Amino acid sequence: MSTQLEHLIDFDGVPIETIHAIFETTEVMAQVLERPVKRVPALQGFTVATLFFEDSTRTRLSFERAARAQSADVMTFARGGSSASKGESLRDTVATLDALHVDAYVVRHPAAGVPRQMAQWTKARIVNAGDGRRAPPTQALLDAYTYRQATGRAFEDTRLVIIGDVAHSRVARSNASLWHALGAEVVLCGPPTLVPPALAALPGVRIETQLDVAMEGAHAVMALRIQRERLTSARLASLAAYTAQYQVNEERLAGAAEDVVVMHPGPLNRDVEIDGALADGPRSLITKQVANGVPVRMAVLYHLLVGKGSR
Amino acid sequence: MTMAKQVGDARTWIRGARLVTAAGDQGTADLAFAGGVIEGPTPQGPVDVEVDGSGLVLTPAFIDPHVHLREPGFEVKEDLASGLAAAAAGGFGTVVSMANTDPVIDEPGLVRWLIEKAASLPGARLHPAAAVTMGLGGTTLTDAAALKEAGAVMLTDDGIPVSDGEVMRRACEWAADLGLVVQTHSEDPTLRRDGVMNEGAVSERMGLPGNPRIAEASMVYRDCAIAAFTGARVHIAHVTCREALDVVAHFKERGAPVTCEVTPQHLSLTDEAFASFDPIYKVAPPLRTQDDVDALREGVKRGVVDCIGTDHAPHTRDEKHADLLSAPFGIANIEVAFPVLYEALVKSGDLDLSALLRLLQDGPAHVMGWDAPTLDVGAPADVVLLDLEAARVVDPSTFKSKAKFGPWDAQTLQGWPVKTWVAGHLAFDRAESGR
Amino acid sequence: MSPKATLLDAQELDRALTRIAHEIVEGNKGAENLALVGVHTRGVPIAERLATKIGSFESVTPPVGKLDITLYRDDLTEIALQPVVKKTEVAFDVAGMRLVLCDDVLYTGRTARAALDALIDMGRPAVIQYAVLVDRGHRELPIRADFVGKNVPTRQSEVVKVRLAEIDGADEVVLEELPTP
Repeated sequence: MSTQLEHLIDFDGVPIETIHAIFETTEVMAQVLERPVKRVPALQGFTVATLFFEDSTRTRLSFERAARAQSADVMTFARGGSSASKGESLRDTVATLDALHVDAYVVRHPAAGVPRQMAQWTKARIVNAGDGRRAPPTQALLDAYTYRQATGRAFEDTRLVIIGDVAHSRVARSNASLWHALGAEVVLCGPPTLVPPALAALPGVRIETQLDVAMEGAHAVMALRIQRERLTSARLASLAAYTAQYQVNEERLAGAAEDVVVMHPGPLNRDVEIDGALADGPRSLITKQVANGVPVRMAVLYHLLVGKGSR
Repeated sequence: MTMAKQVGDARTWIRGARLVTAAGDQGTADLAFAGGVIEGPTPQGPVDVEVDGSGLVLTPAFIDPHVHLREPGFEVKEDLASGLAAAAAGGFGTVVSMANTDPVIDEPGLVRWLIEKAASLPGARLHPAAAVTMGLGGTTLTDAAALKEAGAVMLTDDGIPVSDGEVMRRACEWAADLGLVVQTHSEDPTLRRDGVMNEGAVSERMGLPGNPRIAEASMVYRDCAIAAFTGARVHIAHVTCREALDVVAHFKERGAPVTCEVTPQHLSLTDEAFASFDPIYKVAPPLRTQDDVDALREGVKRGVVDCIGTDHAPHTRDEKHADLLSAPFGIANIEVAFPVLYEALVKSGDLDLSALLRLLQDGPAHVMGWDAPTLDVGAPADVVLLDLEAARVVDPSTFKSKAKFGPWDAQTLQGWPVKTWVAGHLAFDRAESGR
Repeated sequence: MSPKATLLDAQELDRALTRIAHEIVEGNKGAENLALVGVHTRGVPIAERLATKIGSFESVTPPVGKLDITLYRDDLTEIALQPVVKKTEVAFDVAGMRLVLCDDVLYTGRTARAALDALIDMGRPAVIQYAVLVDRGHRELPIRADFVGKNVPTRQSEVVKVRLAEIDGADEVVLEELPTP
């Protein structure tokens, strides 16, 4: 069967075989990046445009590196604010960019749904680099890939616990969706103000506000970044209050599986959502997550662009 | 409630239609009108136009207490001419326009200007609402007495709530004294925050900021309590959730001078529509859940809901071709309102035709403090012929509104207005619209 | 597809590989500094067999690498079906090595071109040679093999099918005719 991606906006409708194929391709891409010549000609002739309506330099650079490492032409559009504030509709923006013969857009936007909307208006492929509180699917892919690479444990035997500001997290939703699809059990944990009960409607997800209960039998623990804005919007009393109850540290891992690994999508607030020593310690996959960013994105671009079959 | 509306010269005789009003089915009969008023079954002079009404229902033209016609200031979305033509195409003979234009309708001169301009236009009759506060700023009251004197029929800051409780209270004290109805867009902004859709399982799944039902229910409670306390007639615009409707019912049971409306979209659509991420469904208050739709339909059946308000809120296609955070709130619907309601309420078996007509005729008239429309001799010749049999595909290109798109595009709906007369003047004829 | 002729049976195939193994050693004056790289899929067992044969008559068995050339194909913007990217496994440092690229069939030369680029991107080998079991002609690029098991004149409507025990359960090379459209 074809492992071609039409778009990568979220994991709805992406066959699990394609996810596994992306993991396989990622291994090859990681090899490429270890060679003296860190570039292959695979995407020669393709043009990839990064279209960031909201700043995220790390993510943008990671995608641009992934495209260039496969010899694609790269164009960068950085736009602050919404399209409406510039007096141009989103659809007009897409039409303008299409005239530049773009084969794939990497899109980040403060509003959920923009990549999906754009997909209706362009023939180019769309990669979601984060929309609103929704998926950046490549982050979830690299998290799952890193876990698979580091532990070798089958996802079917895995319990993933995501801890922190689930309500506002792009990462939590996409990871919950992907790991569930891969067969893992997913537990979302955090203070009641940051873990809306309605999230329990997500398929395959369990909600738990007590950290110790959530931790039981965990194989992978993912700590989410706590934004300081949450203090002014009545979600948290103080960072200290959060840390006291929800910081991921060695002591809190007591109920978890013996070989539990710890992950964080970055950037870290050391000693807030995660204990600094734990983040640097042997359980931590954090540096591996960072290292896998480019190869996963290379694999995604390959699976999107190569093959006219479904075009 | 008479105003200088162009009167149709032609004596018109509609033959063989089924006459139905809120009071019930009066059977097949003829109806003649001339000089803008109804003459009865038999014309009182030579007939200029004879219309075959066989197979059709004849009923008083509808009243909509809640439309946004966008003029002055936002004529790119809609203007009086297009909006009033669209209303007539939807079977409406009278509409109440909201004050959130630019400039805001907060001065008597603006009210007069609207009335004069509309009087020269074909289409539905226009009754302007005026703002509760200057510039919709929420702090300084408008001169309600002068606005009423100029012809304003309602006070409302619709589009946004009157956040300050005391401002609302004082406005209601004035309105009670003047006998004006105060319409409220009840959503507590501190609970609504930046919500763009109903807060619930769907918003969590989609990762969009939610607008919780408690934002609506809590402010509906405040506004009903102020109505009870001040004695002012308070009309709750677009009730959308079970909790808010329960509050209205609670106050009505205790005799508070409260009325409320629901919209066609909140009776027929849910937040699941957002799964497409199409901003066409972005409306405030938001589309809720199926449980809320059920509650609203139940409220309509039980009579807690007084009337339909379309909240016809046109925007340009470009404005809706935006992301979900920046796209404007609002659905343009007045031309499909009746078929949407007919499908949702009558074909579903919830209501009979007369009960639906009550929500579009007697109900809104009661809210506004007007006489209920009739087909009696001497009544204004504001009537509509409805074809309840033919199913038609919604073709937005035929809309009179400038907003030629909506949630029901390309759907097949049943129950369409085919001809609308306002003051005896043929304001809409579907045969001429090619549909 | 209908088989037209058997080009090599199991015994002939083995003999051809034995001859190539000797030629490689001869051409490189021994097996020192020598490595074989098989192109996925059937180039890999060919490289492995050649290495074993060389090891049987030389003091060293040359290391074998597996090369996937998918990311170097020149038709990726055109192709209809997305090719599966396989792992390249070259455990040795290619810099300064005498490499023999191994494949089953030499046809247009495009695979060899891609393989050469892929190998050079892994480092700077001293020399790259090319060994194929069958050369069927119809080159589209200026490529030739250093070691050839059998030269077979073919028509473009024909297909040369190499079957190897490791993958296909038996050793043989047959000529087949493409079904006429």
